[in-house]
Amino acid sequence: MSDNPVFAKIQSEIDENPVLLFMKGNPMFPQCGFSAAVVGALTQMQVKFKGIDVLQDGEIREGIKAFSNWPTIPQLYVKGEFIGGSDIVREMYETGELQKMFDDKGIEYKAV
Amino acid sequence: MAMDAAHIESLIKEALPDAEVHIEDLRGDGDHYAARVISKEFIGKSRVQQHQMVYNALQGRMGGELHALGLQTSAPDA
Repeated sequence: MSDNPVFAKIQSEIDENPVLLFMKGNPMFPQCGFSAAVVGALTQMQVKFKGIDVLQDGEIREGIKAFSNWPTIPQLYVKGEFIGGSDIVREMYETGELQKMFDDKGIEYKAV
Repeated sequence: MAMDAAHIESLIKEALPDAEVHIEDLRGDGDHYAARVISKEFIGKSRVQQHQMVYNALQGRMGGELHALGLQTSAPDA
């Protein structure tokens, strides 16, 4: 891993939170439609997750893009694995792959 | 900051010569597009990898010059 100091901060958040969403705003008040879409899917499935508001921390906002080689926010991580941004999460939600991935990773959710 | 659809398409085709690219301008502001990209290069790749290939084709413009690009990628039907 590169020596970017913020990577360690990001990695520890990813390790400590089974379902982690780097987003704009917070789960109660998403500040961007794409972030709100992912929050919506997770909330509908009653998945416990942590939201990190990248608007509060410029270092994380840029660092996470380099960390995952993904240029936009939001970014969803489940059990340490980068799942994708808003498009991919929505597509997986619609095809049932999101539910299957949660099953595979032992994440509790309410079947919708 | 904005990009036009033709420029997006040419960048994607430069990196993925066989790609079939359909671009839709969502708001007419040059900042919000949706794109469907079909290419043999995506075979065996995860969705994240496929999208990263398209973002790399845009040479760093994604998230900066181009605010939103709704992506749908797939390999051609065998």
